Amino acid sequence: MPSQNIWILLSWGPDGWIDDIAYGALVTIALALATLPIGLTIGFFVAWAKQSEEPSLRVAANIYTTVFRGLPELVTLFLFFFGMPILLQYVVRLFRPEATVDVDSFLAGMIVLSLIFSSYSSEVFLSAFRAIPKGQYEGGYAIGLSKWQTMRKVILPQLLRIAFPGLENCWLSLLKDTALVSVVNLAETLRNAGVAARVTKHSFLFYSVAAMVFLILAILSSIATGFILRSLGRREAR
Amino acid sequence: MSVVTRAAVDIEKPPPRARGWPRARIVGYALVGFWILFGIGIVTYLVFAWNGEFFARYAPAYLQGLWTTLALVAISMVLGALFSLPVTYARMSKNRYLSVLAYCYVYFFRGTPLLVQVYLVYYGLGSFRVQLESVGLWWFFRDAFNCGVFAFALNTAAYQAEILRGAIESVPRGQWEGAASLGLHKLQTLRKVILPQALIVALRPYGNELVLMIKASAIVAIITVYDLMGNAKLAYAKSFDFQAYVWVAIVYLVMVEILRHGVEWIERRITIHLKR
Repeated sequence: MPSQNIWILLSWGPDGWIDDIAYGALVTIALALATLPIGLTIGFFVAWAKQSEEPSLRVAANIYTTVFRGLPELVTLFLFFFGMPILLQYVVRLFRPEATVDVDSFLAGMIVLSLIFSSYSSEVFLSAFRAIPKGQYEGGYAIGLSKWQTMRKVILPQLLRIAFPGLENCWLSLLKDTALVSVVNLAETLRNAGVAARVTKHSFLFYSVAAMVFLILAILSSIATGFILRSLGRREAR
Repeated sequence: MSVVTRAAVDIEKPPPRARGWPRARIVGYALVGFWILFGIGIVTYLVFAWNGEFFARYAPAYLQGLWTTLALVAISMVLGALFSLPVTYARMSKNRYLSVLAYCYVYFFRGTPLLVQVYLVYYGLGSFRVQLESVGLWWFFRDAFNCGVFAFALNTAAYQAEILRGAIESVPRGQWEGAASLGLHKLQTLRKVILPQALIVALRPYGNELVLMIKASAIVAIITVYDLMGNAKLAYAKSFDFQAYVWVAIVYLVMVEILRHGVEWIERRITIHLKR
């Protein structure tokens, strides 16, 4: 058993590992935040397609969610991380035969997490769509708004309010899913904690620290969403 | 009377489908076309990449991996279900310490990634080897499969406890009071009155949890368990043939879809008496 002082290991600086883990936590947050807008946008459009009157749109959207909710996150990640370079290389070599393609693990993680997040958030958006009465659309059309304008100015503000609690859950699982990207060598919280664990042999300590980081992120997000919910509630029309 | 019915029929009729080529239809056909092309692409890829040797060598390993995955999920689901009972009891008890303790347990296991929990058990407990050996538990935690089961069972127990609690609380209070006034004691009430109603509510979340567990079980491949995903990783590392991952994706997708539709079918069967 190594017998270094754990307080030195947990210090900030060259002997300690907390700075590395804190840097990893920043990467985790950055990855989750970068995924969020893409995932929300795709999820919204997928939900829109799912409740459309056009059957072909519904079919396409249903295939999307079936695939990305059915595949394990890890499998999707590996498919993209190993498959995308092969495909890209094939395309690029048509023009520049010498080229090699490497995919950045942050980018691969972002794409995969967006796909997963959007397929889950689309379900939340879909149930929110169903909660909005038809009269809202009809009212929008009746005052001369186009389809897109009605969606943007009448439906979307109500939709976001209804969908918010569900989206909070999606966000929490997105935060947790970022840990998976450590498997393809992205230097995020878990990866850096793992490096620290391997070097110092204090595995339990450093994996507990990683768990604490994720717990703190979860707690911070619930505080933040609590604030947003309260301000949403205050603005609600009565 | 007949006039009323006809009016009702008129209202029920769905609006006529738009004719011609509105924008939504163009987009929809394009997207469906994209999926069809994608499907054809995958199939042609698999046909062209077909390699008898690869298949002969790794198909048995995949099958074995499938059994490992199913065994892992089944064992940890059952253990988790058993352990979720005391957790649910503690969570719902009036004793504040007990319920706070259970709340912390549930919050920890739902708030941290499963991968971190698996690492904590496999690598983390591994650093207490001497102590574990002295208690005589080392043989259990030495094996990666056991560690996977241990972490998964604890994780799913937290989720299942929440499912169970939600389901029990969804049964109205009057049911408890009615049973009490008939002279049933608490355990009898739970078994004969509350659970039959609660489990109908709980079926769908339990099904979702099962699907999530199957998907999450791919994680154990990282701690060197040769489950379905583990064998795919091995096959890819040995052959550098990308179809290793494509096949495993197909197997997982089929498995999850079968389960999902199975749960839906069961739900439809057991809620027949609730339909009006």
